[in-house]
Formats: sequence, C-alpha cells, structure tokens
Amino acid sequence: MAVVLDARDLNKHFGAITAAMNINVAIEQDSVVGLIGTNGAGKTTFINMITGYIKPDTGSIVYQGRDITALSPREITRAGICRSFQIPQLYASLSVFEHMMVGLGVVLRNAGLDGYFSRKRPNVPGHDAPAEEVAERILERFGLASYRDKNAQVLPGGVRKLLDIALTMVAKPTILLLDEPTSGVSAEEKFGIMDMVMSAVKAEGATVLFVEHDMEVVSRFAQRVIAFYDGRIIADAAPEIALTDPEVKRYVVGGALHRLDEQQGAANA
Amino acid sequence: MSRDRTLPILGAVLLAVVLAGPLLPQWALFLVTIAIAKGLVALGLMLLLRAGLVSFGQALYYCIGAYTAGSVGKFFHVGDMLMQMLAGAAAAALVAFILGFLLARYRGIFFGLLSLALSMILYGLLAKNEALGSTDGFNVLPSTVLGIRPTEAWVRYVVVAVGCGVALLATALVYRYLKTPLGQLAPAIKDNEIRVEYMGTSVRNAIHVLYVIAAALSGIGGALAATTVGHIDPDMAYWTTSGEFIFITILAGTGSVVAPFLGAAIFGIIHTVAFDLSPNTWQMSLGTVLLLVIVFLPDGLWSLFTRRKAA
Repeated sequence: MAVVLDARDLNKHFGAITAAMNINVAIEQDSVVGLIGTNGAGKTTFINMITGYIKPDTGSIVYQGRDITALSPREITRAGICRSFQIPQLYASLSVFEHMMVGLGVVLRNAGLDGYFSRKRPNVPGHDAPAEEVAERILERFGLASYRDKNAQVLPGGVRKLLDIALTMVAKPTILLLDEPTSGVSAEEKFGIMDMVMSAVKAEGATVLFVEHDMEVVSRFAQRVIAFYDGRIIADAAPEIALTDPEVKRYVVGGALHRLDEQQGAANA
Repeated sequence: MSRDRTLPILGAVLLAVVLAGPLLPQWALFLVTIAIAKGLVALGLMLLLRAGLVSFGQALYYCIGAYTAGSVGKFFHVGDMLMQMLAGAAAAALVAFILGFLLARYRGIFFGLLSLALSMILYGLLAKNEALGSTDGFNVLPSTVLGIRPTEAWVRYVVVAVGCGVALLATALVYRYLKTPLGQLAPAIKDNEIRVEYMGTSVRNAIHVLYVIAAALSGIGGALAATTVGHIDPDMAYWTTSGEFIFITILAGTGSVVAPFLGAAIFGIIHTVAFDLSPNTWQMSLGTVLLLVIVFLPDGLWSLFTRRKAA
C-alpha cells in the first residue's frame, strides 16, 4: 500500500528531556494505527510534530511526497492532516451546529468560495453539498443530531469528545490524528464512541492514527500498533505481536494486558 | 426560522428620521447626526468585541477620519460631504492596515492599551502641529452634496439625511459581512484561537481584517462628525473620546448591527439630559447608567429585544 506519511529520523529534546529520538515511521494509506505508551513517552510529541505545533530538532516529515516539516499547523490542516484533542477544544459560546458551520466556513474560505456578494450557497469542496447539509450529515454520522442546537458548554463529556472529532471531518482529512479519543469517557461509553468514530471516519476514507491508553480499545480497533517509551519507538507491529512484546509488556502495557489475556482466556474457555 | 428583519427595521427608522427631519428643531438634528457618527464607530468596536477584543483607542480612527475630511476641504477645497467621508474612511483604513500588522499580534489588555497609546500619539502630534491648528484645531468647510450647496436653514437637515443614507449602507455591508465565513469566525476566535488555527485559518489575518473594517467605520463617523460640528480639534483623539465609544458599545451590546446606533442615540440623550440637569456632575449620571446596564443587562440594551423574543 502507498505510504501517505513518512516521518524520518525525528529528534526532539526539551532541555535534558528526550521527547523523540530517531523516530522513523511510515504510515500506509487507509491504515488504522494505535499509538501507545506511558505518559511522557513521546506520543503527543509525535502528533504535535506531525501537525506542526512543535518542530523537530532534526529529521523531516514527508506527506504525500511533500516535506511539511516547516509548515504551520494551519497549513498542515489545509494540506489534509487534521487532529482532535485530548481535552476537547470547542467554542464555549457556540452551538453544536454553529461549530460545524464555522469549520465548514473555513473550508469554503480556504477554497476561495466565500464570495462577499455571492448569494449562492456553494458546495463545500470534498463534500459536494452546501455547508448546512454537510453539517447535518456529519452530525448525523456522529450521533450528534439531537444535540444540534445545544451550547457546547452544556454538553456531557462523551458528546464533547465526539464533537471535537466530528469537527475535524469538515475539512475531509486524508490523515486524522486522534489524541486519546476515549480519555475522560466512562468505560461503558468507550467502545460506543470508538465504534461511532471509526465507522464515521472510514466512511469519509481517512487514514487514522490514535493515541490510546486502553489496550482493549487498541487491540480491537488498531491494525498496527506503535509503542513509545522514553522518546523512542520500542515496538511497531500488528497489535497481537506488539502487545505481547516483552519490552512493551514491561514498559507500556503493564497490568492492562494481563487483564486482557484473562478476559480472552475466559472468552475462549 | 423567521426572516431577519434587521435591515428593513433600521431602514424604516432612518427613513422616519429623514421624513420627520424638516419638523425637528436644529439641536435635535445635530444630536441625531452625532448619534449616527458615534454609532458607526461603535459598530466597528462591536465587530472587534465579537472577537473578544476591546480597543481603548478607537478615537484614533475617528480623529483621522475627521482630520482627513477637514484637510481635504482646507487644502484641496473638496467640500463634498460624501467625498470627505470616503477620504476619511480610506485614510483610517490605510492607517489601520499598517498598524494592524502590529496590533493583530496582541490580545486582551495589551491590545487595548496599545490601541490607546497609538491614539494618544496622534493626539500629541496634532496638538503640536501648527499647520493643523495645534490644540485649537480648525474649522471645516461648509458642506456640499454632489456639488449642491444647501441653504443655511437646510444644512443640518441635509447632513442628517446623508448621514442616514451612509449609515444604512455601511450597516448593510457589515450585516452582509457577518454572514460570510470570515464574519462568523469572530465568536470562535474569542472562544478558542488554537482550534481556529487547527481548522486551517489564520486568526491574525482575521483580526487584521476586522481591525481595518472597524477603522474605516470610525473614519466615516469622524468625517460625519467633522461636517456637522464644523470644527475639529485634537480632543477627537483623546482617550476620553475612546471611552465614550466603549461606553456606547457596552450600553448597546453586540446583539445586532442596529444596536450601536440605538446605544449612541441613548448615550446622546442621557448626556444631554444629564448635562442639562446638573452641568457639574453629568459624568456621575452617565456612570450610574453604565453601572445599571452592566449589572442588570450584561449583554447591553439590545438584550431587551432578544430576551422578549426568546421568552
């Protein structure tokens, strides 16, 4: 499969702290990649480097054959790499629907379709429908239609998470980076949210990288797992291999995988 | 969703003013014109406020508009009101475009005080400039409209009528702007700049555009004020003038493009009545009104209308 994103020899130090050391990752198109590691292992640094929020000390990031290392976050977003946030980044005074319209407005503006005097409602690039319809469609897909006119401030945690992710879909991303999509969400809700997100994202046809601490979620949704420890990648393989790697077990997974083993054992029995 | 009647309502009110104009006393016509001039400035401030920015120095552009209008009359003998307003708007927009590169980098108190500092620099420059009359300022040429000079008795009325027309046009343009994606971005910028950047657009650029629009509106307002008062002086750039504009904006609220004009009219009425009742303590009355508005109508007078609609 074609490589859509290629991170080469990324290094990043914050003073004496190594946030990334010799990171080499090639992401294949349409794959779903889980990024795991303890807090401070370098997962979010990796995401922040790809999205241009922080710049690597050395190394380069190539996206669809184009070097994007030096681009700003908004240029990278425009190029087709979008991200969601561990803590949902919403607009407190806007309704759910208005969130979508602001995002779609930016897409229209970037495409030069926000004509001041034009009374027509142009189709949003990549969606082939006017903004209002696209907004309704995305909300529907993420199960947010019933919250359409609710203010972001009053939304429950899981819904905030979904809205944060749904917002990334307005730009029709090629690559979607989800920073802990299920953190702060109750255990019962986790799989529901991931199912919803994954089916919505796959319907739009995006490559997904997600940071996740819950190994059950990782093993169920990821096709490939990259494990970080101390700024390095210690494993990069299919979930069943990566999650049983001794180093990963020792440094990353800890007790979580044992529970998973037990559950699988119980299910098999 | 019911049709938005904002513009027809404003149009009807302004038309009523124009029609009733010949019956109104001269002082009332003067008050209305000043209210329109200040309303235009407040409209610009409202745009900035929607993005979470408070300019403590909008008098900078009000003064630039006024001095440009006065100067094209004094030095180039252009007495046409519309040309003067156009020149005032253009000069204000040009200065804002240049200063915007600096100001769009700042937020909160830094944005506010930097804009205040710039307006006070202009005040200082004008107060020292003898060609422009130093602290005394200078008189503005009597106005003509499209080459026609109204008779003495009708000057005030013509100025009001032209002011109403310009205000309606400017408000319609702003109204349309607020419906564009860039216009709708302002509340999002106020709430969460990082997210706006991650959606793929430049916050700084959006603020720069807003800043220039606000300045152009203030420039028109300043030119209109210059025409109707017939005299300009550096006090138009003084910080208390900026304070008045903020007062009007807070009084009005950001609920509608019509609100700033309502706010400016009410400000004018309070100011006049308070000054009439007690010339030495009129500021106290203004202060009391502002206090009451902030406590009981934090979203401004306009929320009186929207509240009723919501109920």
